[in-house]
Amino acid sequence: MAVTGAMLVLFLIGHMIGNAKLFLGKESFNAYAEWLRTVGEPALPARTLLTLTEIVLAAAVILHMWAAVTLARRAAKARPVKYATKKKSQANGYVVHTMRYGGVIVVLFVVWHLLDLTFGVVNPEGFAATPYDRVVAGFQPSRWWVTAFYVAALVMVGLHLRHGLWSAFQTLGLVGGRNRRLLNAGAAVFSALLILGFLAVPIAVTIGAVK
Amino acid sequence: MNLTLKVWRQNGPADSGRMVTYQVTDVSPDMSFLEMLDVLNERLILEGDDPVAFDHDCREGICGMCGMVINGVAHGEQKATTTCQLHMRHFEDGATVTIEPWRAAPFPVVKDLVVDRGAFDRIIQAGGFISVPAGSAPDAHSVPVKKDDADAAFDAATCIGCGACVAACPNGSASLFTAAKITHLGLLPQGGPERDSRVVSMVEQMDAEGFGGCTNTGECTAVCPKGISLDVIAQMNRDYLKAAK
Repeated sequence: MAVTGAMLVLFLIGHMIGNAKLFLGKESFNAYAEWLRTVGEPALPARTLLTLTEIVLAAAVILHMWAAVTLARRAAKARPVKYATKKKSQANGYVVHTMRYGGVIVVLFVVWHLLDLTFGVVNPEGFAATPYDRVVAGFQPSRWWVTAFYVAALVMVGLHLRHGLWSAFQTLGLVGGRNRRLLNAGAAVFSALLILGFLAVPIAVTIGAVK
Repeated sequence: MNLTLKVWRQNGPADSGRMVTYQVTDVSPDMSFLEMLDVLNERLILEGDDPVAFDHDCREGICGMCGMVINGVAHGEQKATTTCQLHMRHFEDGATVTIEPWRAAPFPVVKDLVVDRGAFDRIIQAGGFISVPAGSAPDAHSVPVKKDDADAAFDAATCIGCGACVAACPNGSASLFTAAKITHLGLLPQGGPERDSRVVSMVEQMDAEGFGGCTNTGECTAVCPKGISLDVIAQMNRDYLKAAK
């Protein structure tokens, strides 16, 4: 969980910074998208970096899910008889108990997100349009429900990271004592900033700040 | 005080068990939770019923025998408290209190609220010891131990093996218990030589017993009557990764 999760978090950081190119204008964003496909040319074939990233990410997602399913199945086997009383969280609150179903919501969101902005299947502009046009068309005010879905899903990603980030350090045995409490607080701040960065794009398009 | 108790009754390991409701009257707020159950049991015996079976021994919070899930929380909602040290003044007159045994496949119910925690003993047998003839206690200054290490080892050594961590964990994981023992022994000079083999065999035994995996929810440390910190789990993971290399 920790290692694959860390890979996905590193990708999210890059993804969020890349998204911010949208605010530098249409040419900048489209050029960035083009650069991702042509980086290293002619020494490397087209899409080398992108394809490698896709393979690593797909493997990370699959292994992350496999680990999650394994843990969930072990948990179910370890407690065949449930408690009669509804268990109140005595610890870090509600968030840590959203990891499993939250993860499923995030995966469903990623599927929609790929169909929307990568393959253009559910995007009004379709695959032929430039990335910038697809983003702007996808989050038009008339498609407010898409924006709402993105906001809800991104908040879920943030909650997932809020526990996942410090948890990864704990699993790898990299924290202890005061550092753990600092890291726990740091995970909350980092998740919030990252998700605010992601939220900026769909919200800016929907309210008309980016046209 | 008068209370309504909903207690898990189960005649034996093979019985499916059920919640049974009892009324307990004239409970003193100064009674411990176990004394309140004693009052119920005295009445049940007089009425010819089977008393509610529950584990207990020292009744001063250091043996780790007593343990039950009270209103959904292991050892009740009072923090850093074993069931025997939980007093009835923390409950409201007329309240309904639900009492269940620890729920985990490696802790089968023996009867009513008594579970078999032999799985913990087998984890200890797998490596929670020091294989040297220690002889009589050495002079306190003959083997220097860093103050930080001594403190951390002592904190971990306060674990009484009650099993509340397993009961509270949504995954039914025994990581807090196992990690407390590993940390306690590994940080001291006597336990140092076997530090690597200990962590591997104890973790393997923990998994073999059928406990779940740790997902760092922190529910264990929140209910731990001794307040064992999640730091010990990080220490166990660190030791395990080092030993497995």
